[in-house]
Amino acid sequence: MSATVASFSVEYHQFLDRDGRLIGDDTPELAKDFEKLISIYKLMVQTRTFDFKAIALQRTGKLGTYASCLGHEAAQIAIGSAMRDEDCFAPMYRDYGTQLYRGVTMTEILLYWGGDERGNDYSGPRHDFAWCVPIATQCLHAAGAAMVYKLRDEKRVAVTVVGDGGSSKGDVLEAINAASAYNLPLVIVIMNNQWAISVPRSKQNSAKTLAQKGLGAGLHSVQVDGNDYIASHLVMEEAIERARNGNGASVVEMITYRLTDHTTADDASRYREDAEVEEAWKSEPIARLRKYLESEGQWDDKKQSELEKEVAKMIDIAVKEYLNTPSPGIASMFDYMYAELPHDLQAQKEFALKEAE
Amino acid sequence: MPKVAMVEALSMAMGSELRADKDMVLMGEDIGINGGVFRATSGLQEEFGDLRVIDTPLAETMICGMAVGMAAQGMRPVIEAQFMGFVYAMVDHMISHAGRMRHRTRGRLSCPMVLRMPFGGGIHAPEHHSESTEAMFAHMPGIRVVIPSSPSRAYGLLLAAIRDPDPVVFMEPKRIYRWGKEEVEDDGEELPLDVCFILRDGTDVTLVSWGAMIKETLEAADKLAEQGISAEVIDVATISPLDMDTIIESVEKTGRCVIIAEAARHCGVAAEIAANLADRGIYNLLAPVKRVTGYDTVMPLYRMEMKYLPSVERILNTVKKVFAVS
Repeated sequence: MSATVASFSVEYHQFLDRDGRLIGDDTPELAKDFEKLISIYKLMVQTRTFDFKAIALQRTGKLGTYASCLGHEAAQIAIGSAMRDEDCFAPMYRDYGTQLYRGVTMTEILLYWGGDERGNDYSGPRHDFAWCVPIATQCLHAAGAAMVYKLRDEKRVAVTVVGDGGSSKGDVLEAINAASAYNLPLVIVIMNNQWAISVPRSKQNSAKTLAQKGLGAGLHSVQVDGNDYIASHLVMEEAIERARNGNGASVVEMITYRLTDHTTADDASRYREDAEVEEAWKSEPIARLRKYLESEGQWDDKKQSELEKEVAKMIDIAVKEYLNTPSPGIASMFDYMYAELPHDLQAQKEFALKEAE
Repeated sequence: MPKVAMVEALSMAMGSELRADKDMVLMGEDIGINGGVFRATSGLQEEFGDLRVIDTPLAETMICGMAVGMAAQGMRPVIEAQFMGFVYAMVDHMISHAGRMRHRTRGRLSCPMVLRMPFGGGIHAPEHHSESTEAMFAHMPGIRVVIPSSPSRAYGLLLAAIRDPDPVVFMEPKRIYRWGKEEVEDDGEELPLDVCFILRDGTDVTLVSWGAMIKETLEAADKLAEQGISAEVIDVATISPLDMDTIIESVEKTGRCVIIAEAARHCGVAAEIAANLADRGIYNLLAPVKRVTGYDTVMPLYRMEMKYLPSVERILNTVKKVFAVS
């Protein structure tokens, strides 16, 4: 005898096609909330302009190695706009769109990549985790945060992001498993940008989706066009509210594309074809939302030009603030190691200060 | 007051703090109804419920990674690695996050967590259950490493570790979990971290040790007394940060020092103590500083483990060599 004891499927969500046309029969309310869409569009443009500026700063020796977010703007900002302030974000290292939405400043982003820990002392939600470089570890920190909210019976949700490459790590599966075991208010976003430095998505595994990793532990698992802000926001909102209401964690796979090098220390032309990147540009998120807003009579060249000027001014102020930030000083190596500096470190601090005289 | 063993004193400390601090939770494998494989959490789930004493899926990285997240969000997780041999899956989170959280966020977030684990050899355990790799944690910035060697110190030091605002690795010498019972008052009084304890005063040689080797070290001191040699015995207790002042003060008096550790020798905590003595105590030394340690081999399976661990005889032979010099 044999019988099917369980069966699964993964839904894919999209509302805007790559030319900015609404597809499908159900037009969501968000698609007609132009005030919101325009504010989101503005932040997407700001995020990208900032990203270009950060790369330019690195190229001219004014910033350390920097991980660009080019192409991820819609997905990242959708995560931010679906969260509440009291929710907790555990980012990887290129999630500026989400973070700018949540109140992290451009100056702080520059400080971090400019080699200064003060960049991690966010003015955004103070409980959000700092940038996370060791791949996928943030997923378990988010699971821990979700555990706290559950134990304290707070209506808060933890949201974390990991890449397609990172999704191969055990930490992701252990976070998914923990979310299932404890019914945690957690949303794990797998930001599938097709490339883990030089290794393509196809070499991570041969599964049809990465979202289905959640199915193994019984989580709500969906895929969304991460270059479609409207779909991305709605999918994230549903996942987050489901978690908030005690109905379980989700895995959301956002399909996007890393349009530039992994970081400024990388050269993607070594391992991928220009033709693939050119094709990916045709699906990028900002032009898509702009075309939609234009087709609805909500945006035009004049507004664009005003926005660009406004954004350039904001970025200019942030860059100046970053470049004018004085050195953290030698004591800063020691002062935050412990709540109270142990005797041996106190001696080392005194030595370091004396050496520097 | 009834006498208790170390493992019971640990349980008392955890119970005391669970009662006092609603933010504290215990997490680990088999720590609930089973009370831990060594019974260190015996009865705690019954008293505090399964939302405070939490059995976890069998996933060490998960336990530690979640503890980092929970600590950063304001709770005080005390997690257990069932044996030190299984702690390595947790190390990424300790070195990359727990030890760095406060520093890299300029104090915006911190990580007040305790990672407990039984460690060390001598109980005829299976493979991977007997190593002593405390030096690995002691090398990591931002983490305290604490090792008790008696029931009363286990009680007071664990309380201090749980209340500490920064991460603490708390290593429990399982060979002496049930040795040396003492009266321990469950009074919630902590002992200071960051200091050594002088267990026995002496004038001729300083014996420095920690963990289960304290047992052999004290026995060796008794034997030395029979030979007319007065040995001072120091329990390091907190491996990191190291209280060298107490050790140097003792060596100023005795002029001789032997360090006893069951860990492998190379780059061990004993080497760090010896280096500090060379740096700060050399003019008080009458003889070379000697180490009695495990070998730089893989910890053998249990048929040979007592040949690996320093014995009273090896300690005595080493002290004899020290006195042969001066």
